[in-house]
Amino acid sequence: MSKKVHVQTRINGEEVEFLCEPRQSLLEVLRDILGLTGSKEGCNNGNCGACSVILDGVLVDSCLVLGVEVASKEVTTIEGLAGPNGLHPLQQKFLENAALQCGICTPGFIVASKALLDKNPHPTEHEVRYWLAGNLCRCTGYDKIIRAVLDTAQSMGGKA
Amino acid sequence: MSTTTKDYKVIGTRPIRHDGADKVTGRAIYGADVQMTGLLHGKILRSPHAHARIRSIDTTKALALPGVKAVVTGQDLPLIADKVEDLGEGAVNLRFLSNNVLAHEKVLYKGHAVAAVAATDPHTAEEALSLIDVDYEILPPVLDVREAMKEATLLLHNDLTTKELGKNTDKVSNIASHIQFKQGDLEKGFKEADIVIEREFTTATVHQGYIEPHNATALWNTDGQITVWCSTQGAFAVQKQLSEILRLPVSKIRVIPAEIGGGFGGKINVYLEPVAALLSRKTGHPVKILMNRAEVFEGTGPTPASYIRVKIGATRGGRITAAQAYLAYEAGAYPGSPINAGCMCMFAPYRLENVQIDGYDVVVNKPKTSAYRAPGATNAALGAETVIDEICEQLSIDPLQFRMINGAKEGDRRPDGPVFPRVGYLETVQAAMEHEHYKTPLEGPNRGRGVASGFWFNGGFQSSATINVNADGTVALVEGSVDIGGTRASLAMQAAEVLCISAEDVRPIVADTHSVGYNDVTGGSRTAFASGWAAYEAAQNVKKQMVERAAKIWEVSPEEVGFENGVFRTTKNGGKQLTFKEVAAQLTRTGGPVVGSATVMPRGVGGAFATHIVDLEVDPETGKVQILRYTAVQDAGTAVHPSYVEGQMQGGVVQGIGWALNEEYFYTDKGQMANASFLDYRMPTSLDLPMIDTVIVEVPNPGHPFGVRGVGEVPIVPPPAAIANAIYRAVGVRLRDLPMSPGRVLQAMLDKKGH
Repeated sequence: MSKKVHVQTRINGEEVEFLCEPRQSLLEVLRDILGLTGSKEGCNNGNCGACSVILDGVLVDSCLVLGVEVASKEVTTIEGLAGPNGLHPLQQKFLENAALQCGICTPGFIVASKALLDKNPHPTEHEVRYWLAGNLCRCTGYDKIIRAVLDTAQSMGGKA
Repeated sequence: MSTTTKDYKVIGTRPIRHDGADKVTGRAIYGADVQMTGLLHGKILRSPHAHARIRSIDTTKALALPGVKAVVTGQDLPLIADKVEDLGEGAVNLRFLSNNVLAHEKVLYKGHAVAAVAATDPHTAEEALSLIDVDYEILPPVLDVREAMKEATLLLHNDLTTKELGKNTDKVSNIASHIQFKQGDLEKGFKEADIVIEREFTTATVHQGYIEPHNATALWNTDGQITVWCSTQGAFAVQKQLSEILRLPVSKIRVIPAEIGGGFGGKINVYLEPVAALLSRKTGHPVKILMNRAEVFEGTGPTPASYIRVKIGATRGGRITAAQAYLAYEAGAYPGSPINAGCMCMFAPYRLENVQIDGYDVVVNKPKTSAYRAPGATNAALGAETVIDEICEQLSIDPLQFRMINGAKEGDRRPDGPVFPRVGYLETVQAAMEHEHYKTPLEGPNRGRGVASGFWFNGGFQSSATINVNADGTVALVEGSVDIGGTRASLAMQAAEVLCISAEDVRPIVADTHSVGYNDVTGGSRTAFASGWAAYEAAQNVKKQMVERAAKIWEVSPEEVGFENGVFRTTKNGGKQLTFKEVAAQLTRTGGPVVGSATVMPRGVGGAFATHIVDLEVDPETGKVQILRYTAVQDAGTAVHPSYVEGQMQGGVVQGIGWALNEEYFYTDKGQMANASFLDYRMPTSLDLPMIDTVIVEVPNPGHPFGVRGVGEVPIVPPPAAIANAIYRAVGVRLRDLPMSPGRVLQAMLDKKGH
C-alpha cells in the first residue's frame, strides 16, 4: 500500500479534505472515503456515465479521474443538487416524467443533464441525445429521460 | 384506447413514485452502498480457461499477504446431491448452482469462480488473487451448440444424461434434454399448403446488461445467524438458495434486499452471496463482494446463443396450415436454458391445427445462462415472425392483415396445450393497423418498415402483504417484491383503490425475509399482478376490520355497515357516516390496532401480446441501421400506473433493438470473451434511438380483480424480427443471424449485388 496523499478540495460548495492513495479514483474517494455513494460504479472504465460528476464546470466520469487530481478544484456530485428549497428542477422533472425505473443510472443522468443545461439552456432533442450518449440506461429506452430534460429546459426558461 | 368500463379513482393515474426522492438525490441504498463496522472486502479468482480440470489450488502465498484475512475455494462448500428447485423463472439444479458459485473439480467457462479472498481493502484483495496458484489441466472447449450436440464431441459432464421427452435416459451427452410440443397432423398440414417456407437462424450470446454489477454483503454472526444484504430480484429466492448451498435451515438466514439497479432475470441466481457468507464465517467479519463489469459479462448468466429452424405452410388465402420448429439453445456450462419457454411462446399468437416444436437444451463451455426478459421467446420469435413475413410477401398479403386472419383468441389452444382465456392479441393487431404510424407511407431510399408480434405467458406464484392502519388514516403497506421498475407505486395504488384513499396515503415498504410473508421473485411479469393482488387482498382485509370498527362505534352489526367512495355508512340509527380517516382516529377505543394481511398464489394469470411497427434506414455504404420510428402496441389488461407500463414497453423494445443490431459475445477460439466491456459490448445509447411510441391496449384479464396482466417481458420479444423484416423492405436482404450488425448487413447487400 503506497503512502497516502492529503487532498484539499471543494465538493458541493463545501471545503473538504481527505487522505487517499494515488491509485484511487475520484469515484472510489467519493464512495468509499467520503461516504458520497450517490455516484455509482457501472463499468469503472468510462463507458457508462453512472459515475458522472462536474469538475471545474466540466462533465467527467469520476472513474477516470484520480482522487489526487481534484486538489483545489470544484466538484459537484448528485448530492449537491437538491437544496434547502427542495429538489433541483431536473430532479423534479425526472420524477414527474417517470424518467427512472431502477434508478441506478439516474444520478449520472441528472448530473450530466445539469452540465448540459448549464451550457445550453435550450437544447433540441438531438442535442440532448448527443450530450447524453455517454450515459447508459438499460431500463427506460431513454424516451422519458429525454422528455424530462426537455421539460426541465422549458420550465426553467433558460435559468439553469 | 381503454376498453375498460370501470371508473377507477387511483388506478390509471400517474402519482410520483414513493421512492422517488431518494432515487433522484442519490440517497437510495443499492447493494454496493451498504456500509458497516469492520467490513472486509472480497474478490473472486476466476478461471482463465474455458474448459479445464483443476488439479490443485495453493493459497499459501495469498494468505501470507498482509491485509488478507481468509481464502475459500470450492472445497469450502458442502457437497450437494441433485435437487431441482423452481426459483420463479425456471427450474434450477442446486448441485450445479453450487458448482457454479465455486468450481468443483472442473472449470467449465472462462470466468468460472475458483477461489475467493477477503482482505482489509479491495485493492489488497485483488493483489492476493494473483498470489493464488491454480494448476489446470486444460481441455478443448466446446463452443457451439450444433458442435456440442454431435456424438463425437467432448463431454462437459460425465454424468449428464439426456432427458428425452420427459423421461430420463442413460445416454451421457451434452444434450441435457429434448422437449416437444405437438398437435394435429403435421404432414397433412403441409400437404394442404399452397406455399411452404423453411429457414434457419442463429443468435449470439447476449447479456441483460443491467448497469449495476452484482454485489453481496454477508455477516455470519457469532450466534450462527447469517444476514445478507444484496441487490437481488428476490430476497426469499436468495434465502432458499443459500439454505440449500450452505446446507442450513432458512431460519438461520435473513436476506435484506437493497435497491436493485436492474435485473431482467439475471439477478435471481446467486453468485456472490454464498462466497461472502463463507468468507464471513472464516473471518468473523462482515464481507462485501462487488463484481466489476468484466466479471458481470464473464461470470454471471447471459441468455443462450441458439440455432433455430422454422417451417411454415399456408394457403394462398393466407391461412396457416402447418408450423414446425427445431430449436437448440446453449445452456452454458450447466443445463437449464429457457428452451421450454421459447417453445411455448413462439407460435402462440397464431391459431394452429397442425404444429410440432422440438427443443434442445445443450451445454457448452460458456457461462451458465440465466433468464433474460421473456427468456427464450425472443430467439424463437425471430424465426417465426420472419418466416411469416416471407409468406406474406409471397402471397401479397399485408402482414398485419395476415395476423388478423390467423390470430389466436379466447378458446383457441396454444401449441403447448393450454386453451386461451380472454386475451387481447387481435386487439393489438387492430390497433397497429389503425395507428397513424402504419397509415403513414415511409418515403426515401434504403428505408423500410417491418412488423412482428410476440407473446409471453406471464407468471402468478406466491406473494404476501401486510397493511398497518395509522391513526391519521394513512396506511403502511409492507410487501416483499423488490422494486425494479416502479412496482412500489403499482402495489400502493391497488391498495389505495380498495380503501378509497390516495396513493400518497399508502406508504409502501419493501421488506426483508424476516419481516414479510413469503414472496416469489420480482420477475416473470408477475409483480403488479400477483403482489398487487396480495396488496388488494390485504386491503380488503383492512376494509373488513374497519367496517367492524365503524359498526362498533355505531353499535350496529357489521352487516349493517357499507363502505363506498371512502365513506362508511349505516342506515340504522337515523343514518350515519364516517370517513376512513375518522374511523382510523378511533382505533384504540374500538379495540386496538388494525393490521390486515393476505397471501396469494393466483391462478388467473393473463398472458400478454404485443405487436410492433418499426421504420428504419440502412446506410448503403456501411450497413449501419438507423431506427427512424418505433411503435409498440401491447395488451396490458389494465394499466395500473400507465407511465410505468409505458416504461416497461420502451425499455424492452430498446433491449430488443440492441439484441437485433449490435449486441453479442465475441468469442476467441479458446472460448474467451473478447469484448467484456461496455465499449465493445455495444448497447443502445440515447443517440441511437428516436422516441419509442407506445399504445396500451386494455383487454382486462378476467382472472385479476383489476384486470391486470403482466407487462414487463413481452416488449422484448418482437423487435429483432420486426427489424429483420424492415431491413428486407429497405434493402432487399433477409438476415437470419443476430446481431444484424453493420458488417453483416453490408456483406449481405454486397452478396446480393454479386460481389
